[in-house]
Amino acid sequence: MAKNQPPGGQAPVVQRIRLRYAKRGPLRFTSHRDFARAFERGLQRAAVPIAFSQGFNPHPKISYASAAPTGVGSEAEYLEIGLQAEVDPEQLRLALDAALSPGLDIVEAVVAGPGSLADRIDASRWRIELFSVDPPVAEAAVKAFLELDEVLVERMTKQGRRSFDARSAVTHIAVTDQSAVPSEADGAPCAIIDLVVRQVTPAVRPDDVLSGLRVAAGLEPPVPPRVTRLAQGTLTAQGELVDPLDADREPALPG
Amino acid sequence: MSVRSVFPQLEQLLPRVSKPIQYVGGELGAVVKDWDATTVRWALMYPDAYEVGLPNQGVQILYEVLNEQPDVLAERTYAVWPDLEALMKEHGVPQFTVDAHRPVKAFDVLGLSFATELGYTNMLSALELAGIPLDSADRGDDDPIVLAGGHASFNPEPIADFIDAAVLGDGEEAVLEITGIIREWKAEGRPGGRDELLLRLARTESIYVPRFYDVDYLPDGRIQRVVPNRPDVPFRVAKRTTMDLDAWPYPKKPLVPLAETVHERYAVEIFRGCTRGCRFCQAGMITRPVRERSITTVGQMVKEGLEFSGFREVGLLSLSSADHSEIGDMCSGLAEQYEGTNVSLSLPSTRVDAFNIDLAQELSRNGRRTGLTFAPEGGSERIRKVINKMVTEEDLIRTVVTAYSSGWRQVKLYFMCGLPTETDDDVLQIGRMAHEVIKAGRIAAGTKDIRCTVSIGGFVPKPHTPFQWAPMERPEVIDARLKMLKEEINSDRSLGRAIGYRYHDGEPSLIEGLLSRGDRRVGAVIRRVWEKGGRFDGWSEHFSYARWIESAAEVLPGFGVDLDWFTTREREQAEVLPWDHLDSGLDKDWLWQDWQDSMSEYEQDDCRWTPCFDCGVCPSMDTEIQIGPTGKKLLPLTPVNSLRVPV
Repeated sequence: MAKNQPPGGQAPVVQRIRLRYAKRGPLRFTSHRDFARAFERGLQRAAVPIAFSQGFNPHPKISYASAAPTGVGSEAEYLEIGLQAEVDPEQLRLALDAALSPGLDIVEAVVAGPGSLADRIDASRWRIELFSVDPPVAEAAVKAFLELDEVLVERMTKQGRRSFDARSAVTHIAVTDQSAVPSEADGAPCAIIDLVVRQVTPAVRPDDVLSGLRVAAGLEPPVPPRVTRLAQGTLTAQGELVDPLDADREPALPG
Repeated sequence: MSVRSVFPQLEQLLPRVSKPIQYVGGELGAVVKDWDATTVRWALMYPDAYEVGLPNQGVQILYEVLNEQPDVLAERTYAVWPDLEALMKEHGVPQFTVDAHRPVKAFDVLGLSFATELGYTNMLSALELAGIPLDSADRGDDDPIVLAGGHASFNPEPIADFIDAAVLGDGEEAVLEITGIIREWKAEGRPGGRDELLLRLARTESIYVPRFYDVDYLPDGRIQRVVPNRPDVPFRVAKRTTMDLDAWPYPKKPLVPLAETVHERYAVEIFRGCTRGCRFCQAGMITRPVRERSITTVGQMVKEGLEFSGFREVGLLSLSSADHSEIGDMCSGLAEQYEGTNVSLSLPSTRVDAFNIDLAQELSRNGRRTGLTFAPEGGSERIRKVINKMVTEEDLIRTVVTAYSSGWRQVKLYFMCGLPTETDDDVLQIGRMAHEVIKAGRIAAGTKDIRCTVSIGGFVPKPHTPFQWAPMERPEVIDARLKMLKEEINSDRSLGRAIGYRYHDGEPSLIEGLLSRGDRRVGAVIRRVWEKGGRFDGWSEHFSYARWIESAAEVLPGFGVDLDWFTTREREQAEVLPWDHLDSGLDKDWLWQDWQDSMSEYEQDDCRWTPCFDCGVCPSMDTEIQIGPTGKKLLPLTPVNSLRVPV
């Protein structure tokens, strides 16, 4: 037996479950750390038989895929949990969803198959709503952005201000035809951008692409845009995203 | 007339401020009601940042008690940080509640809980943002009643111009009574307007309405008298005492924030009041008598509170938790119930004896050790007699030795600096005591690898305590003593290395002293400081001593007094104190006698275990000590084997 272990080890993991969850409405302002705390409490509230790590300060077994930035809504966040007893995934989804504040919603739960969640995510699809921006103006900015091979933008990081290319990670950007419909304040125009960005280092986030539109075409939205992550997954040759839980939903392979 | 949410406007500002989640609401336990379906509406404010204000027990209790009434709506509001304040002013967004983002001005009552006087400037910011006139006298029928509560409201005189009313003491029943008065007054068609409503509140004899009292001053600046300026209000306003805590088991549904806050736990108050009689401790004086919550109610609250909140930490709170008559059974019962569940239990341990360590051992059965804190408060035997903290050095050494030999590697010791009659030597003895603790601890633990942290707080004399007459020490003397102590601790390198040293400068304490014992004239200083940008005075990065000194020097000479007059001056027995017309139940003659006893280093026992010493509270407030034991035990919990769908 290992030294320096507290008495009574933790129960082993017997089931792993992957969850897709959403951050909606005002709760898009939860940071990833805020969500993680709320989720741990949700596990307690719902009496989920979560497994804990060994050691003097045991932690619940939770691993997160890349989280959307604070202030950005999401329909497609992913995480995986390890359980010390088997549960029905749909029962778990219902219990956990009820245990979290409305706006932090558990959308889907599946038993984890082989392979890792992280390996199945290499790109994200985003929707950017530009309030009080005329669609033709946004279209012109997108066109100018696409015509460039490189668009250098700046962002403050923990290491200080750094400059990087926001163009090459973008695999798709277009102003959608929903743009005609004002989604917020009556009568005001609203341009909606559909955006697909590959995961790269340093990460290119939707606000970096917005900086890119400013650099490329001087687009300056008068009010803060609203950004929502619509999907994450593996990018196909056709530019589509494959849902990372698809593989887990298929019947288990023999062996 | 319905009230619209300001969230659409606020939402545009949130991407531009730090930690926007604190302004969004959406906590578990939060209640949003239909505005038009309610008749009496409260906005409850803790006048500090959300991260400090949200966990506040007082606000959470009143929020729940009020919202349980079908026709009452209570929402919460907190101080907004300067980044959002500037944007709100620029874009015309008013002070809002976090629950439904309604403008604070639309409510019937703005209830402020002042745990500390350092929240006064934040109150002014909130009033300004809300569009409520700063001065009570300028408010009209459309403005909420601005009501102060919390410990600082035992002397609300410095904010008398800004508030409409204050409640002293326990709030559970007070908020319901006030609600009833407002409900009735509204149903009658608001006869007599705001003035009549305030008068009805004042006639309860336990709600203080400053505008109905005049303060006269003597030529030397002292108060001559405080008297009612109309016939139908009482000469003295009495504090509230909620008896039978088992009948008020709140919070039942604690607020669980999304944002990170200073306390992330389910806290249950295991008793209220304390009669240890530490002379510096305002809380212990103004919350008498001791009223215990029974072991079974505590057990039930912990079970339901954890199930509701999902917290994994429980705090058993009170002013001296080890003193509960059934604390042993409570701790072992809870430890048994939660063994193997990854729930951790903690007790704020301040009593210096080995019993505390037994309790801490019980609570750490799950393998999670919480820290041990002991509060001898004074460095020398002499000064501990002055403050009535009956702990000998042998007690302390024996206790920490038990802690170190029971496996703790670190203890925290809490002291004060600037106490009445204190000399350099009293403070230097803290260092010697810490050396002895490390020496004895190394022997007991059988290793050099142990630590202790010495934490020093600044003493501030408070109203309704025996030290209400005491002179404060000057900040430069405090700072010199703290420096001397640091040198003393480090005079032995080997021991000093094992001792952590934390302290606060003397300057903020002096300002807290001004606000604690100030009278109505101090209101002008608060206003001036706020006008010059003073905000968040409880935060060292925002507090500006220079701004307070400067403002005091500009304003106070006009009244013939100064900062020293309020802080470092010793009061005489005959002096009328600004809070004499506010009745905490404590007999002023008894307090004076206790102050004299303090000077003669004469100690006072605890009436919980020894006969009554006539502090005056029980007879004047018609209350009594409520303690166990009930003889009941906590039963094992049935383990949960299935998922639970919370409602």
